[in-house]
Amino acid sequence: MQYFKYFLAFILSMFILIPLMMAVTISLNPSNTDILANMGSWKSFIPQVFSFDNYRAVWSDPYHPFGLYLFNTFLITSISLTLSLVVNSCAAFSLAWGEGKYRKYILAAIISVLAIPGESLVLPQLLMVSKANLVDTYAVQILPGLANAFFIFLFYQFFSKIPKDLIDAARVDGFSLFQTYLKIALPLSKPVCVTVCILHFLGIWNSYLWPIMVTRGPEVRPLSVAMAAYFGSNQTQWGNVMAFAVCMAIPVIIFFLIIQRQFIASITGSSVKG
Amino acid sequence: MSNLKLSGISKSFDGIKTIHDVDLDIKDGEFVVFVGPSGCGKSTLLRLIAGLEKVTEGEINIGGRVVNDLEPSKRGISMVFQSYALYPHMTVRQNMSVGLKVAGLKKSEIERKVNEAAKILQLDDLMERKPAQLSGGQRQRVAIGRSIVRNPDVFLFDEPLSNLDAELRVKMRLEITALHEQLKSTMVYVTHDQVEAMTMADKIVVLKEGRVVQVGSPLELYNNPVNQFVGGFIGSPRMNFIAASFHKQEGKNITLKTTAGENVDFALDTDTTLKNTPLSIGIRPEHIALGSKYSVKIRLKIKAIELLGGTSYVHGSQENGEDLIVEIKSENMLERHKEYDFSFCPSQCHVFDHLGNVIKLVRN
Repeated sequence: MQYFKYFLAFILSMFILIPLMMAVTISLNPSNTDILANMGSWKSFIPQVFSFDNYRAVWSDPYHPFGLYLFNTFLITSISLTLSLVVNSCAAFSLAWGEGKYRKYILAAIISVLAIPGESLVLPQLLMVSKANLVDTYAVQILPGLANAFFIFLFYQFFSKIPKDLIDAARVDGFSLFQTYLKIALPLSKPVCVTVCILHFLGIWNSYLWPIMVTRGPEVRPLSVAMAAYFGSNQTQWGNVMAFAVCMAIPVIIFFLIIQRQFIASITGSSVKG
Repeated sequence: MSNLKLSGISKSFDGIKTIHDVDLDIKDGEFVVFVGPSGCGKSTLLRLIAGLEKVTEGEINIGGRVVNDLEPSKRGISMVFQSYALYPHMTVRQNMSVGLKVAGLKKSEIERKVNEAAKILQLDDLMERKPAQLSGGQRQRVAIGRSIVRNPDVFLFDEPLSNLDAELRVKMRLEITALHEQLKSTMVYVTHDQVEAMTMADKIVVLKEGRVVQVGSPLELYNNPVNQFVGGFIGSPRMNFIAASFHKQEGKNITLKTTAGENVDFALDTDTTLKNTPLSIGIRPEHIALGSKYSVKIRLKIKAIELLGGTSYVHGSQENGEDLIVEIKSENMLERHKEYDFSFCPSQCHVFDHLGNVIKLVRN
């Protein structure tokens, strides 16, 4: 049984790793002829040549400034993540412990947004940002995704399970509602913050539809859109395209490696015990 | 001055009244225990005093100030919760000092107060630990420490010992009583455990369905319950109730007939004419004796014996099926399923009318 589990895990991981190995192998091979010749054989999965020419080409392409794209993506992602954590957790805390009379109805409205496909909101959002003169800016890539119904729901689920005694104790200690959120609830919600961080990070890093609609030139363009453009202008240069893809994937892998322990902890559950 | 006065306090939740016109005067330095069964409103009343719930009607006065509209932190109270309510991500020191930081006290002042409280509660070695690394008793001590540092006018305790095991409860009970003697502060303590109430309180407030039923010292409540509810609630094991009917009255002398057919004579304290309504005779387990030395005889078939060491509680039933508990010396060896004679003296009894209210008797 144990061996079967390992075997199954091996097969599943191969499904995920083989395309990655292929991308890395191709990215390390400077010869397009060799790449095409090896395609379909085991040689396309295990590197035969270790050359960084393709990576150099990607980083030095004057028409597709990879460094700028990477900077744009980092900037958009880091600001989005920070603001998203603040906005969504704040909203969830006030829904869970605020004094508003209609909190339940607001929560129901927020949850119902989860049922609406994001794509159907893209056009109205585009009209709005266009009217607000935000097209082709960093802000347009950050603001619309900040308030997220799913993240609010995740935080709400956590905050509403904080024992009432803890919130009452904070009131007796003189905390305002915001101080209770900032000093008690937010530090306790670390597992949810990590989950939201990962999901939001992946969402922004891989988002394509919205950035391609609201960005015009390379100045504010993120990697995901740039990747498509790069692929369009280097269709026969598989080595370069794969080097671009690997460079784009590395930050995600590093981010996940850093945060994976907390991510697993957040999935395996946590509770507040005083 | 840290007296606490409740005048006409009522509380409604969604139009349903849960606390009814409570008037209460708690003197400076008094240890008052709110006691009653689950759902009687004792915790709600405490939360109203704390300011965690808003009063619907009435006035709360702490140390001469009306505090109805003040936030909990401005009322001069501190509260110890049933679940301890310690901040899990903070150390013991941070838990104890955070309230003072919010209040804007100087760092040196905070340190002094926290160290002082830690010394009183013997928490010195635990100051850098987090709540998860503490035992139940230690957590409760930290929760009390967090209260002490605030130097409140009134300490509020909401069933603070109910999460502890029996042995630790006794220990903490003594610690809290000693703390009260040391601090000489006004303390209001909520519990459903009448043993806690009896052993700790200067004054007990018995609540039922959101109303104060009786207020008095533990012995006053024990010896002179105003009704059958208080009689049954205060004392462990509970008071026995023997169903009786009115037999005859000559002036202040009345005779009741128990359902077992025994006549019991009492002398009324006031000029009352009893009606022919069902009555109840209350007698505490320790006032029933083995043998026939007292005037009222009963015969019990022993169902169970709880041996507690020096004393035992004997659970028996009369022929008519009425169950009684008797406290006897353990040296009297009784056997289960056998019948024995017991007796009691009418002067040790309480008589309750059909509404459960006490009928005042002359006691010898």
